[in-house]
Order: sequence, then C-alpha cells, then structure tokens
Amino acid sequence: MTDIQNQTEYPGKWKRPPLIKRGWLRWSLWIGAAIYLSLALGTMDINWGRVAEGLPRGQKFIAAFFPPDFTSRWESILDGILESIWMTVIATVAGIALSVPVGLGAARNLAPLPVYLICRSIVAISRTFPEIILAIFAVKLFGFGPFAGFLALSIATVGFFAKLLAEDIENMDPVQAEAIKSTGASWLQWINYAVQPQVMPRMIGLSMYRLDINFRESAVVGIVGGGGIGATLLTAFDRYEFDSAAAILIVIIVIVIGLEYLSGYLRRWVQ
Amino acid sequence: MPTIETQDGPVWKRRTTAKSLLTWFCWLIGVAIVVYCWELVSERTIWFFVQDAGTQAADMASRMVPPKWDYMDVLWQPVWDTINIATLGTGIALVFAVPVAFLAARNTTPHPTIRAIALLVIVSSRSINSLIWALMLVAIIGPGVFAGVIAIALRSVGFCAKLLYESIEEIDPRQVEAITATGATRAQQLGYGIVPQIMPSFAGISVFRWDINIRESTVLGLVGAGGIGIQLDASISTLAWTQVSVILLVILATVLVSEWVSAKVRAAII
Repeated sequence: MTDIQNQTEYPGKWKRPPLIKRGWLRWSLWIGAAIYLSLALGTMDINWGRVAEGLPRGQKFIAAFFPPDFTSRWESILDGILESIWMTVIATVAGIALSVPVGLGAARNLAPLPVYLICRSIVAISRTFPEIILAIFAVKLFGFGPFAGFLALSIATVGFFAKLLAEDIENMDPVQAEAIKSTGASWLQWINYAVQPQVMPRMIGLSMYRLDINFRESAVVGIVGGGGIGATLLTAFDRYEFDSAAAILIVIIVIVIGLEYLSGYLRRWVQ
Repeated sequence: MPTIETQDGPVWKRRTTAKSLLTWFCWLIGVAIVVYCWELVSERTIWFFVQDAGTQAADMASRMVPPKWDYMDVLWQPVWDTINIATLGTGIALVFAVPVAFLAARNTTPHPTIRAIALLVIVSSRSINSLIWALMLVAIIGPGVFAGVIAIALRSVGFCAKLLYESIEEIDPRQVEAITATGATRAQQLGYGIVPQIMPSFAGISVFRWDINIRESTVLGLVGAGGIGIQLDASISTLAWTQVSVILLVILATVLVSEWVSAKVRAAII
C-alpha cells in the first residue's frame, strides 16, 4: 500500500493556471495598473475635509428622502412621467425607422463601399456623443420641451440600433440569402424574405431593450431642458423637496422593472 | 404550410389568414399609439422655434469654426480627470458587483429572499442614470471628481452584476460537481469550480463597462461632478462656441480611443 502511495505522489504542487498565460504581459499589466492608480489618486485632489463634513449632512440628506412623498406633487410627477413615456415611444419608433436604412447601408455584405462608409460614419458620430450632449444642442436649436428630447433620443437610438442591425446582418447565414436570390427575387424581396426573417427575432428584443434605455435616458434629457420627468426631478432637487424626488425615482424604477418584464415576455414569445 | 386556393391551384403564402389579420391588428394598434404620442408631444412644442432651427444651426456652426486650439492647454487636466472618473468608478463598481452577482445568481445564492434583495439592488442601480446619481452625490459630498467616481460606481454596480450573474447561471455544472466530489468546501467550490469559468466574461464585462463609463463621465461635469463636462458647461453658458467645438472634438477622440482599446482587449480575451 505504501509503495503505491509513493509511486502516485506528484513531483510538485499543483497551481491554478493564470488567466493571462504570458508571464511578462501579466506582470507588466500589474505594474502598469499600480503606476496608474498611484498617479490617478495622486492627482485627483479629493477634498477629504469636505467629504467628512458632508457625510453627517449626507445622512440628513438621505433621511430627507424618506418617506417618499407621492401625494403633494403627484400631478406634476404624473405629467412628467407621461411626457417621458410619449417621448420614449416616438423616439424609439422614429429612431428604429431611421436606423433600418442606415443599418442596411452599414452592412458590408449588402452595401457598396461608398454607402457603407457613409452609413458607418453616421453610426460612429451618433454613438459617440452621450444623449445629454445631443439634448443640449437639440434644446439650443429647437427650443425647450419634449420635441428636443425626442430628437436627442432618436439620434442616439440610430447609433445604437443601426450598429447592432448591421452587425447582425453581417453575421447572417449566407446560404438562405443565396437560395432566395437564386429564385430571381428582386432586391426588396431578397431583403424581405432572406435577411429580415433572420435578424427579426433579435431586433425585436433589441428594440424593447432600446425602449427601456430611452425611458431611462428621458429622465436625464429633462435636466438640460429636453422635457419629461427629468425636468420635474430637477425642480424637486432645486426646491430641496427630496421626498418628492424619492417618489419620482421610485416611479422610474418601477416602470423600468415593468418594461424589463414586458421585454422578457415579448422576447420569449418571439423566439 | 399556408397556401391560398386559386383557379390554378394552391399558391404559397407567408402567413395563414388568421395570422396575417393578427399581424395587421398589432400594426394598427402600434401606429395608433405612436400617432397619439406624437400628437401630445407636438401640442407642447413651440413650432416657431422648430422652424427657426435651420438658421439657428447655421449661425451656431459659423460661430463654432475655427476651433480655438489654444484652449487645449486648459483641457488636459479635465481629460485626465474624466478618464480617472471612468476607470476608478469601474474598479469600485466591480468590487461591489462580484458579491452582488454571486448572491443574485440562482445557482450560488444562499437563499431566495437574499436573491430577491440582490436583484432589487441591481435594478435600482441600473434604472437611475449616472447623471442623477451625480446630482444627488454633489449635494452630499460636494462637487468634484470624487462625486463623479462614486456616481459612476453606483450606476455600474447594477450593470456589471447583472451581466456577471447571468454568466454565473450559465456555467457548466459538471466542473463544480467534480470539485465537490473531491470534498471541497463551499469556498473552494467557488474558487476552483466557478471563478475560472466566469473569469473571461468578467474581464470582458469590465472592459465593456469601462468604455461606456468613459462616455458617461464626459457629461458628469454638467451637474458639477468633475471631468470635461465642467468646461463644456462653462463654455456653453458663456457662449464660447469656439471652445465648445474643441471640447466636442476632444470628447470624440477620447471615446474613439477608448472604444478601440476595449475592442482590442475584448478580442484578445475571447
């Protein structure tokens, strides 16, 4: 018995294999991270005195959020939420409607090179800027109100949706596309019967997801004057009515949860 | 297969009659909702300003060129701050997201009640935009970079934890079983059975979120939470459009670089 035990004994101790196999890369990443952290924390200029001073005040501030006050500002909350919802719905629909041609153009297997480049740059530009910067400019150009928010959200939707649509079209199964083409289908028929059925299930899921994002973003475009619940929220903060602000945040969270359930249900139904 | 009977025999159709009626009905309701929402929004729009937008845009564009390149000297520090807000915020978020994700995953959670609480934490953090978190934090801990870091962290916890718990739920249970069969404790099962399986997606998620956070941290300055947004806000308020165009170009460059880095790193991992 002891003989067998001696024979099966391993020469060394087992070690877990590291995630990054090349030793020098692993170590230089660690060292780089350490240098970066010391530099970042060194230049960050945190006023700890102010933080320490703020913490007891923060407790009072957080206490002021409770209990959430739904009743005293309920009318403006309801108004803001409804405006956000209208804005979200039309921005999502308009954004998706715009992103279908852009997405078709940005797919390398459908579009010729010049169209591809133009559509890709549209996607890149509208993806780069956060919704809020788009909203600032929309408010400057089109005036205050939900129309500016609608425009900002639609442009942001184009960047998001067209990119994913184009990537999905590029990854589609070419066999089906060829089969439809060989029947002598026109370009539109080809898109309708070969491309669309392949990308549709994922796109429905994504549009629900984008609806969800747009609703959340509609809460911030109001901060710069783009209409919706954000304006109500900012007013509540400015007036130090934190209990009303808490109520608004809870309403937002509840609607987002509801949208998430709805989109999960729809996705299962589609697939 | 749905067909339609004609004189020449059956002809193929894409949908059955009932199905195509249902499709049309759904479209009808959808269009009605959109038109209704559009009516309500257009009621609150001052169309005079909208018609005016073309001249406004031309005017603004003419004021924005040429960009005032000297302004770059002032911008290096805010850009560095912006990157720090995103990076440190992502780091802090990951530290908190890992335990929350393990509590929220169906196969590692200690109790269904704890799972429900973890899911609530995730959805609350995700529903509230980082700008709104920043708005609150500026009031609590004062304006500056630190409020931005915490705002980004609070927003990212939910996002990272959600993606991470989904990948924990998708692990191969046989590996965990094999580890359990050796007599490993729960902690060892976690460390040797689950963690190695989710490590690649963890790295992917963190880089993905870092990329998003760079984008979000460029605007946190609008509410006073540090980064290049402060300069943007100041330049817009003082109508210094030549500075605004420089800032927008800097944001564009930063975002493109971060996107390139994140794509490279993710390609290396996967």
